[in-house]
Amino acid sequence: MSFIPKPVARHPGMLPNKIGLTLRDYEGSMSTLCAGCGHDSISAAIIQAYYELDMPPHRVAKLSGIGCSSKTPTYFLGGAHGFNSAHGRMAAIATGANAANRAINYIGVSGDGDSLSIGLGHLCHAIRRNLDIMYVLENNGVYGLTKGQFSAATDVGSRSKKGEANVMSPIDPVILALSLGIGFVARSFSGDKKQLVPILKAAIKYKGFALIDIISPCVTFNDHEGSTKSYRHTRKNQLPVLQSDFVAAGDQEITADYEAGSTKRVKLHDGGEVVFRKVPEDYDPHSREKVVDYIESHTRNGEILTGLLYFDESKPDMHGVAGTVDEPLNAVPYEKLCPGSAALKKMQAGLR
Amino acid sequence: MSQTNDFAIRFANVNGTGSASANNLILRAIFRMGVPVSGKNYFPSNIQGLPTWYEIRVSKDGYMGRAAAFDLVIAMNAETYARDVRSVRSGGWLLHDSTWPLSPALKRDDIQYLGVPLAQLCNGLFDTPRDRVLMKNIAYAGVLAALHDIDIKEVDRLLEEQYAKKPALADSNKIALRLGHDYATKHFRCPLPVRLERMNKTGEHILIDGNSATALGCLYAGATVAAWYPITPATSVMDSFTAYCKKFRKDPDTGKNLFCIVQAEDELAAMGMVLGASWNGARAFTSTAGPGVSLMQELLGFAYYAEIPAVLIDVQRTGPSTGMPTRTQQSDILICALASHGDTKHIVLFPSNPTECFELSVAAFDLAERFQTPVFVLSDLDIGMNDWMSPELKWDDSYRPDRGRVMGAEEVAKLGKKFQRYSDEDSEGVTSRTLPGVDPRAAFFTRGSGHNKFGVYTEIPEEYQEVMERLSRKHKGAAGRVPTPVIRRAGGNGKSAPARVGLVSLGGGDAAMNEAVDRLAAQGLVTDYMRVRAYPFSPEVEAFLAEHEVNYVVEQNRDGQLRSLMLLDTEIPKSKLKSVPIYSGFPLAASEVVDAICKLEGRDLPAPGALANEKDTKRLQA
Repeated sequence: MSFIPKPVARHPGMLPNKIGLTLRDYEGSMSTLCAGCGHDSISAAIIQAYYELDMPPHRVAKLSGIGCSSKTPTYFLGGAHGFNSAHGRMAAIATGANAANRAINYIGVSGDGDSLSIGLGHLCHAIRRNLDIMYVLENNGVYGLTKGQFSAATDVGSRSKKGEANVMSPIDPVILALSLGIGFVARSFSGDKKQLVPILKAAIKYKGFALIDIISPCVTFNDHEGSTKSYRHTRKNQLPVLQSDFVAAGDQEITADYEAGSTKRVKLHDGGEVVFRKVPEDYDPHSREKVVDYIESHTRNGEILTGLLYFDESKPDMHGVAGTVDEPLNAVPYEKLCPGSAALKKMQAGLR
Repeated sequence: MSQTNDFAIRFANVNGTGSASANNLILRAIFRMGVPVSGKNYFPSNIQGLPTWYEIRVSKDGYMGRAAAFDLVIAMNAETYARDVRSVRSGGWLLHDSTWPLSPALKRDDIQYLGVPLAQLCNGLFDTPRDRVLMKNIAYAGVLAALHDIDIKEVDRLLEEQYAKKPALADSNKIALRLGHDYATKHFRCPLPVRLERMNKTGEHILIDGNSATALGCLYAGATVAAWYPITPATSVMDSFTAYCKKFRKDPDTGKNLFCIVQAEDELAAMGMVLGASWNGARAFTSTAGPGVSLMQELLGFAYYAEIPAVLIDVQRTGPSTGMPTRTQQSDILICALASHGDTKHIVLFPSNPTECFELSVAAFDLAERFQTPVFVLSDLDIGMNDWMSPELKWDDSYRPDRGRVMGAEEVAKLGKKFQRYSDEDSEGVTSRTLPGVDPRAAFFTRGSGHNKFGVYTEIPEEYQEVMERLSRKHKGAAGRVPTPVIRRAGGNGKSAPARVGLVSLGGGDAAMNEAVDRLAAQGLVTDYMRVRAYPFSPEVEAFLAEHEVNYVVEQNRDGQLRSLMLLDTEIPKSKLKSVPIYSGFPLAASEVVDAICKLEGRDLPAPGALANEKDTKRLQA
């Protein structure tokens, strides 16, 4: 939403990707968020992910709701159409957009207020439909743009800036999504770009609903002592359980990085691969029950489990279920859609 | 008194007992005899066990409005028996099941009783309780065929068509039909004076409900995405659209769907889905009723401000709140015209019958894309769910959708600069849009927040107002493109001087209005009649209002919503527009209009008799 022109900066040594674009081509306009906001780090990771995937920016559609997080699509992929929608409604609008054109890539950006309160219903049902989208939930546990109210993601006992403690149980979007049958769910931390970028890349390439819950501290309203979503608290308690890499289809894979016996590989629909490494022995990212148990046992200990936590690409997406044609509906010529006068006449013979 | 081809009958049934198909059989048989006919269903918001009524009006003059007096009532529901006995016009007939004795308390000495032991007859012939109940309906259809001289061969043919794949069922239905027919022929003097005689007035016509016609309109307009949430009385729009899509929209090569219909989690989502799809360049629509429109307000304002096409079919029911979900009304006019917070105005179309549901649904998509804004098709339960005799729907194969101002990659390349969403205004205030995925130079940001003509966020007053002023011009500009009113002048539509009195109406009330105009003229009150078909109002609307000393605005809501909108948007003084609100929840009846206009004009009311009976009917129904 910036109306401050972004200064043109040349990054010496910035390499063009396979389609000849540099990181700069994946940026947007100047951020107007508070200095140090976790959301800006996420935008940077998103830029990095699309750049590394060599994806033309205009083949991406970026949608958001209302709130600080929902402002961020302005700050990345300037060459993509953006839809800064109404509070909580992004998932619904993305559903319609995807229904009309299944051939482009969708990123939805939302926050914990947008997704877990006013738009909770839409989020749940978009997951149930297995809408093909990467849904980035920038979770700071607070209403930032309206100045510091508790959100539905605020932990019990977490204190507001004024010292008041939250008593209501939080909604954990990861557990919620798992209960709704999601096929791709991850949690990460805005301060951990190394972990975040491969997750984003896998999510972009995943065919179906990919939810990434990203703890993204609010430097202004929720970064104090007593908050469980501050930089300090998250750094101290983050437990990266799964490290994952994304290997695009046809890419030369460097296997030397992986210790023998500790990797798990999952093929994506387009030939790409997600490679999990250093997987704990008692963790199975394909077993929903085990994943839920594992996450909850760590949550009880105050630990924030991060990584690509659950993965299953066997479910058909919304169009797969609906049986839609492969070509985008918005590109089907009218002549193919209209049955014509003869069919109308014939049909009406039965209405007498 | 002979009433050949001019009478009304009323079926009092219990819902969920299969009576609808028997009633429909009678309707179609009459239609096939070439006699104009219409059917109206009064059903409860319930699945099984509550009272339901079906009314068939036979009118050689082609009047399709609600009949307010009944020549014959078929009383098949003990629970409403007392009411049903009272709803017969004086001198009329009551058909009842004489398996059980008629309570003396229900006796009227000004009507005739036709007792047929339907249950007894059917119990003797059919084994299972369900069959007995179902066949009882067919048996009374047989009785009616005899009483009204309905050609029983037409009914036979209909049964054969209906059960083409189950000939045994056709046979048992025919047996039940004969059972009733033979009993009536033997015991009563058939036919009654209220009877049929073949005509040739239904050729080139069909029997259709408005919701099916609306769905066909959406199909033919090329809609590919539909999002909805179930609600009475709009559900059958999407049911029909789904059925038509399955029939006509399978890709011939792959068998896959050339459509995507999403049952949304609520109406907020349904509207969101329509916006997402339209933003992406597909023709998309939703169908709903008043409570859904209430929920869609938020995103309707968004669509207005961000200029996204959307088509919304509102099949109105009785409000406020949940209201009476299975009764009709025209009470969403203002909420649709002015939907959402802030300064918003929308395009609203008012179909009056299934033909217009079809045609105006197509027009709605063209207008939505041309003006890049939501367009409402404001139907109602009466049009949408009742059986109308309608001229056969026509389609012009040369039709191509008006996609409005959409720039492709080549046009954007020619700009020589980055595309600006709201800056190249045409004479109607419309600017170009681009679709996602086409070209990086075409990208823009769609937002509901304050923006300037470049589509960039702004809080600068002049920039904000510049866009708002253009939106206002755009809405006014649409007045030149929307369907013009239908005007019927007493002196013919030539150059004759206008009548003193103008009648104004909209939507499904039209059938009753035309009949009322005739009846008023017969009583010596000459009127010109205008039916408004769209908002914003075409210039003809204001001209008509101006040239009449007084205009009676007849509408099916309490507060005179159409009148209010006219006062907002025209220079017509308040004193020239008199409100005639008739909003019981039942479709408009001509007698209600005649009655109200006569009162307002200080004239004597029409002779009592039928009218007194109509009042009874209203009270009994309510």
